[in-house]
Amino acid sequence: MSDAHVHAAAHPLADGHGLAADHGHAHHPALQHHFETMSQQREAGVLGMWVFLLTEVLFFGGLFFAYTLYRSWYFDAFAAASKSIEILPGLINTVVLIASSLTMALSVRASQTNQRKATVNWLLATIVLGTVFLGIKVYEYADKFAHHHVPGASFQFAHVPGPGEAHEEPAAVGHVTTMGPDELERTTQLFFSLYFVMTGLHALHMIVGIVILFIITWMAHKGRFDSEWHAPVEMTGLYWHFVDIVWIFLFPLLYLVERHN
Amino acid sequence: MDTPVFPAHNYLSNGHGLKSWLLTKDHKRIAVLYLISISAFFFLGGLFAVGIRLELTTPQGDLFQPDTYNKFFTLHGIIMVFFFLIPSVPAVLGNFLIPPMIGAKDLAFPRINLLSWYLYVIGGVFTLFAIIAGGVDTGWTFYTPYSATSSNSNVAPVALGVFIAGFSSILTGLNFIVTVHRMRAPGLHWFKLPLFVWAHYATSLIQVLGTPVVAITIVMLFTERAFGFAIFDPQRGGDPVLFQHLFWFYSHPAVYIMILPALGVISELVSTFSRKRIFGYSFVAFSSLAIAIFGFIVWAHHMFVAGISVYSAMVFSFLSFSVAIPSAVKVFNWAATMHRGSISFETPMLYVYGFFGLFLIGGLTGLFLATLGTDIHLHDTYFVVAHFHYIMVGGAIMGYLGGLHFWWPKIFGRMYSEFWSRISAILVFAGFNLTFFPQFLLGYMGMPRRYHMYPDEFQVLNVLSSAGASILGLGYLLPAIYFAYSLKYGEVAGNNPWGASGLEWRTQSPPLTENFVEVPTDIPEAYEYTPKVVREAKLV
Repeated sequence: MSDAHVHAAAHPLADGHGLAADHGHAHHPALQHHFETMSQQREAGVLGMWVFLLTEVLFFGGLFFAYTLYRSWYFDAFAAASKSIEILPGLINTVVLIASSLTMALSVRASQTNQRKATVNWLLATIVLGTVFLGIKVYEYADKFAHHHVPGASFQFAHVPGPGEAHEEPAAVGHVTTMGPDELERTTQLFFSLYFVMTGLHALHMIVGIVILFIITWMAHKGRFDSEWHAPVEMTGLYWHFVDIVWIFLFPLLYLVERHN
Repeated sequence: MDTPVFPAHNYLSNGHGLKSWLLTKDHKRIAVLYLISISAFFFLGGLFAVGIRLELTTPQGDLFQPDTYNKFFTLHGIIMVFFFLIPSVPAVLGNFLIPPMIGAKDLAFPRINLLSWYLYVIGGVFTLFAIIAGGVDTGWTFYTPYSATSSNSNVAPVALGVFIAGFSSILTGLNFIVTVHRMRAPGLHWFKLPLFVWAHYATSLIQVLGTPVVAITIVMLFTERAFGFAIFDPQRGGDPVLFQHLFWFYSHPAVYIMILPALGVISELVSTFSRKRIFGYSFVAFSSLAIAIFGFIVWAHHMFVAGISVYSAMVFSFLSFSVAIPSAVKVFNWAATMHRGSISFETPMLYVYGFFGLFLIGGLTGLFLATLGTDIHLHDTYFVVAHFHYIMVGGAIMGYLGGLHFWWPKIFGRMYSEFWSRISAILVFAGFNLTFFPQFLLGYMGMPRRYHMYPDEFQVLNVLSSAGASILGLGYLLPAIYFAYSLKYGEVAGNNPWGASGLEWRTQSPPLTENFVEVPTDIPEAYEYTPKVVREAKLV
């Protein structure tokens, strides 16, 4: 908590500059008037971004809390519903998203080392990968609509036994199923509601991220960033990695419940 | 003594016309925008309160239909909580004062600051739309399953409005946290900060950590209502009590969003008008953080009768008591500050006295409600209504008004009428007690909240309460008049009309857009009221 001392030393006012009369030396064009130095501006931005990500953790946290509660109450319904989801698209998306985090990190690195062209290219690669993710997500959603797996009036869910559990008594699966088919159909709606809210909000964050990436790419193309000022690329990166991490949690929680059976 | 001159160059004169206000990035102008908009919402919320108190003057439901009455108390609650109390002190006084108090030119993110005001306004527009479209009747708490499936009123637009206004609150908190960390003048370390800043820092932590949770809760409610999803719906296995947990995880700390900044104001006023350094500075500073932390682990005391387990209820009861400790630390330290101080009785200090009385009663009755046994009896009665009005209105609004009277000369550079402002402070205190004290008795006798009718024997106390409300209303209207009058005709205030010690009093009133001509470098200890300093301040 002693950060005031840190930038007090680097503070231009500490060596006698007045506010009105400190235009003797050239400022970086990106320096906003209410900051004294570029490092102060950058530190403020990065701290702000981390605080924002903290709010995002709590935002998604409410959903994870609801998920945990209902999963422990209705495990059979969650397992049955999860098994009805195709794994492959989700798996591809996981790989795509991790790859996009790599390209994002490379663009941050390129902006730090004054490589304008590389910055732009890595950012464009990130946009492409993000768009691929969303495209696959659209396919998955369409599939849910086709199978009436969207909660609401037209919801239908018939538990199709997987190859390993065909014709087995429920007790042999590992734990006792106490749910009849009606109750299963009702409570799987909890799973699919959470599925849509969680992946929907995640996709919304991706869309926002892609819009920001376009703006950042344009700014990078115009040569706004250099080794001294690249905070926007850095902060977009933080945001993008966060969205990536949310997916890393969503994938196993939604796609992989009880798959080992 | 020279008569002070109104400074020709200041933040108000720097740019004219609507555009210069609506596109401003100056934290002081944004504070004024907030002042105007929250005052409008306060007035609107007050109108609904007038309706409630009129209906309750008679035992029969003779003024409104029952569902109209439901909409009145719902809208009163939603507007006052989300559109007045939560933004009040931070968005107006905090916004205006934190940068000059820490010797900065602006908040860390001026554009985000403006965005937060726009989000507030957009959220407000959704709520106003819902009012025009027929209102909403769920109570401000939006409990499911009623709000999700049964209510035929405009739940979705209001929920959306509250959701958007929540982000305005998050962004204000984020801005304050970064500003306090990164924008302090050289040499201004944490323990030289005014306690007002500490209180806002603690408040911001709650805003940043709590508000996203209510936001996601509203999203879940919204999907249930708009798309027929199942999250809290008991017919499909959902748990309405989960909604209550998530809602109160934010909404209990939200009470501290309302009261903590007011506590910060009180620390400033007590010290200034006692001419004495605050007693136990670091205890008062850390008690703000303690309240913010304890505030997050007491939420289930709203749910003692909602079917939670007895053991968790006992734990939450115990934890709720613990909030009393940091609150009492503050009150005792203020009392110790005043002890042998050189106390004066200007209007802001009158509000402090009012605050002491109301906060004490509000806080102590909170202990009744944290006690499991008594809460079973008092739950959902007028006792609860009286208790939270003593905290949120008696505490938070007294702090807000005291602060507004204290910093008004700084914000607009002119003094208001001391005579009328004292009258209004006394009216507010008397009217408030007459309105809400009878409600403790009503609740104790068993009158439930949220009904438009009641048995005949409750009428005397209800009439007293309504009579008090009209005095209170007058007390709130008076400042609107003399403040408006002072803008043009008030005496020029000068830099430091109260002889106060904070950095914000070192600059002109109203301040320059950059706040200071030169960023102050000789930072004194906070609340330096040595006899010499006081003598010199009085000469200025």
